[in-house]
Amino acid sequence: MEFDLLINAIIAGLMLGGFYAAVTAGISISFGMLDIVNIAHPGFIILGSYIAYIVNVHFGVDPILIAIVALPAFYALGSIIYQVYYQSFEKHGQDSLRGLAFFFGLLFVTEVALNLVFGVDYRTVEVPYIGGSLSIGAMEFPVRMLVPCLVSVAMFGGLILFMSRTFIGRAVMAVSQDPQALQLMAVDPIRIKRIAFSISIATASMAGAFLITIQPVIPSSGREYIGRVFAICVLGGLGSLPGTLIAAFMIGVIESITSTFYGPSWAPAVSFGLLLLTLAVRPSGLFGR
Amino acid sequence: MTDAATMTEPLLHIEQLGKRFGGFIALDGVDLSVPKGQRLGLIGPNGSGKSTLVNCICGTLQNETGSVTFDGIKVDGMVAHQRTRQGLARSFQLPRPFRSMTVAENVRVPLLYTVNARSHPHLSESELDDRCMELLKLVTLDAKAAKYTTDLTQVEMRKLELARAMAAEPKLLIADESMAGLSHSEVEDIVALLIRMNERGVTIIMIEHIMRAVMTFSQRLVVLVSGKKIADGDPQDVIQNKEVVGAYLGQ
Amino acid sequence: MRTPAFILILTAVAAALYFAFSYVGNDYLFFAGYTVLQYIVLATAWNILGGYCGYVNFGSAGFFAIGVYTTVFLYTVGQQIEDLVPEFMLAPMQLIFPLPLPVMIMVAGVVAGFIGLGMGYLTLRLRGVFFAIATLALTVVLETFIVNWSFVGGSRGAYVIPPNEVPIFGHFINFLFVLMLVLVILALTTARLIERSKLGVGFATIRDDELAAEASGVPTLRLKLVATVVSGALMGMAGAPFPFYIGYVEPASAFNLSYAVNSIAMPMIGGTTSWIGPLVGALLLGTLQQVATVTISSAVNLLIVGLLLIFFVIIAPRGIVGLVQDQLRKRSKT
Ligand SMILES: Nc1ncnc2c1ncn2[C@@H]1O[C@H](COP(=O)(O)OP(=O)(O)OP(=O)(O)O)[C@@H](O)[C@H]1O
Ligand SMILES: [Mg+2]
Repeated sequence: MEFDLLINAIIAGLMLGGFYAAVTAGISISFGMLDIVNIAHPGFIILGSYIAYIVNVHFGVDPILIAIVALPAFYALGSIIYQVYYQSFEKHGQDSLRGLAFFFGLLFVTEVALNLVFGVDYRTVEVPYIGGSLSIGAMEFPVRMLVPCLVSVAMFGGLILFMSRTFIGRAVMAVSQDPQALQLMAVDPIRIKRIAFSISIATASMAGAFLITIQPVIPSSGREYIGRVFAICVLGGLGSLPGTLIAAFMIGVIESITSTFYGPSWAPAVSFGLLLLTLAVRPSGLFGR
Repeated sequence: MTDAATMTEPLLHIEQLGKRFGGFIALDGVDLSVPKGQRLGLIGPNGSGKSTLVNCICGTLQNETGSVTFDGIKVDGMVAHQRTRQGLARSFQLPRPFRSMTVAENVRVPLLYTVNARSHPHLSESELDDRCMELLKLVTLDAKAAKYTTDLTQVEMRKLELARAMAAEPKLLIADESMAGLSHSEVEDIVALLIRMNERGVTIIMIEHIMRAVMTFSQRLVVLVSGKKIADGDPQDVIQNKEVVGAYLGQ
Repeated sequence: MRTPAFILILTAVAAALYFAFSYVGNDYLFFAGYTVLQYIVLATAWNILGGYCGYVNFGSAGFFAIGVYTTVFLYTVGQQIEDLVPEFMLAPMQLIFPLPLPVMIMVAGVVAGFIGLGMGYLTLRLRGVFFAIATLALTVVLETFIVNWSFVGGSRGAYVIPPNEVPIFGHFINFLFVLMLVLVILALTTARLIERSKLGVGFATIRDDELAAEASGVPTLRLKLVATVVSGALMGMAGAPFPFYIGYVEPASAFNLSYAVNSIAMPMIGGTTSWIGPLVGALLLGTLQQVATVTISSAVNLLIVGLLLIFFVIIAPRGIVGLVQDQLRKRSKT
């Protein structure tokens, strides 16, 4: 019995980890590669959840499909935010304090605004596959977890390919290492950063849909992801997408085992504890250089 | 090198200093020994590792291999401010002023945190003010004492860098390209200033691209190329060294 | 102005405020005033690390809650002293417990200061953003522990019953109000002392350029630790009387994100470079929220705080104090 419990905890953790990968993708790009500490990201994820929720409630569309349709809107939102951030903070350099406060304000405003519009009740979506589950022997795969996990990993794979194969992707990687080199390539680093940041916000649309597929959402749900995404991002090594993916699975499994064996109320502390530990012992991350 | 210089213990002694950035080797086993009172010129093409060497000596960066001994003490385990208090001061190649402070307040910082940390009794308020003005006069910034550093030109910021480094009353001063962008006469002024400081007993390492300044200043010249020391000795000999000429023409 | 004179003036203002409120004789004034005062302490404390050193602490709610739960812990120990202590120790322990609130406040300051020290030691060597992220994490770790710690009430929460009357002050809320006034004086005096000392210069160099600070001989790590400890301790002290103020504490109210937001927003809006900024910001925003909570909803007033924060960091980077200074400078030039 213990063993089955462990196996199922690991499976649940892997699926959770796949979902965490989508949640962290945006931060991995904005914080890891662009050095923009977008702590508002979880707020945008919840925004994505609520968009999926409204459309789903009114038209019954699959939340993940909604998220894909909403991608351009999130991309545009990202462009706008980057423009404001660049004009107000980045251009002048130095003042990361205000930049942080800016994103903190955005996070807070998003949450409170959602609160005002939707109230503090839990919201869920209706999808046919919610509730179903595949089982292989003693192993259980709840579909509401499995689908987000698979789509998330696919999205993450796409991002990795994009960053390593396309010109823009390589330029983003270059920006994170050496902005001067980019200028030599006659590429405008600001444009590259804007594109990358917009992509990072666009991933929030997807992550939001996954989130509300997996569990009911309230406006403050985003908070518990703030520390978690940074934990994964730092653990995986800043700017390394493959590292982030592995770290996401790790955190997922560790959290799942913790809540299976010690109770769910301890789970949140796990990733945060790991984050503190990583920062203290090895800030370059497990897979960092 | 004179016999007297080799006899006395060196002020700065570096052995097999190595530093990498990711896979890139910025310093590749550099050895260097600087006797007390020397005026050393350090040259090398762009990106050859000069600033990295300064950073490792002063503790701004941590070297991976090798060791740094200063004034008879191994300083490898010390963080930057401890080395500064030992008497190791440097200017930054890209000026790093304290932006929320005036020019005079900038110079006060090393007086408060280095000079006062070493000496008892502490400098009084009026002594602090006098010292600041003295230092600023040396670099002809006294007229700008009350200005904020955001109002300074690039050249003035370089001078401030130098004044702030000197304020720490160092035994060894490392000036990292303090003269870029300065006019002909300003370069001469700064060289003269550094020579004057040297005559007061401060050992100086000067990193510079302006050869005229280097040749006037240096008693000894060291050349760094791709993180390796390729020449070291009398300035006149060094600049005729084939390898050195090759390195400069090759770039 | 010398520090004793400064303290004297603050005390006079505090006394005037207290007597004015007593004269009106409305308890609501004390309740609302207490909250505003509490924000002054939080904002001033945050600014010592955030404004002076440039290290953003998102964990104000965590430090506040450390204070809150120190009180809950000490109070509970006092309540259950017979069950907790062996027979022979009971008599001496009963002399100590129940602890008077001012002592609890001091203990809370020490506990919060130590936790600040521990966290700072782990993360302050790193870039500033890592510290900021770690403070976010700290809050959640602490909250998880509290939720799982049944002695202080766990997720159910805990009741702390204030006495109805206290000598001299009458209503207990009057007493709490005065305690908070004392904390405000303490916080403002500390901030102002730091600002004008060598320590303040050191903090400013850290905010401006840490490498240059080290090169000038400033022991940056040690100074950052000092700032974290002082700031954390003041926040903890601000939280300590809270259980008596509210009567019933649960993790969600002690760790409320609005403490984190307000203690960042108030200095940012008031101005971060001097002690006046957080004071102005807290007075303004704190009062505004008290009014808005009554007249509109509390969600709307939090929205206003968030929007003001964003607005100010973009438009007026040096806060209200900076705006006023610029105006004065302009006027003196013409
Ligand atoms: N923090 C860093 N991370 C990665 N690479 C670095 C870093 N600092 C320096 N480098 C690289 O190390 C090499 C040596 O740099 P360094 O600044 O020491 O050269 P330098 O001799 O001072 O050049 P210059 O004459 O232009 O000042 C350069 O190729 C530079 O790109
Ligand atoms: Mg250089």
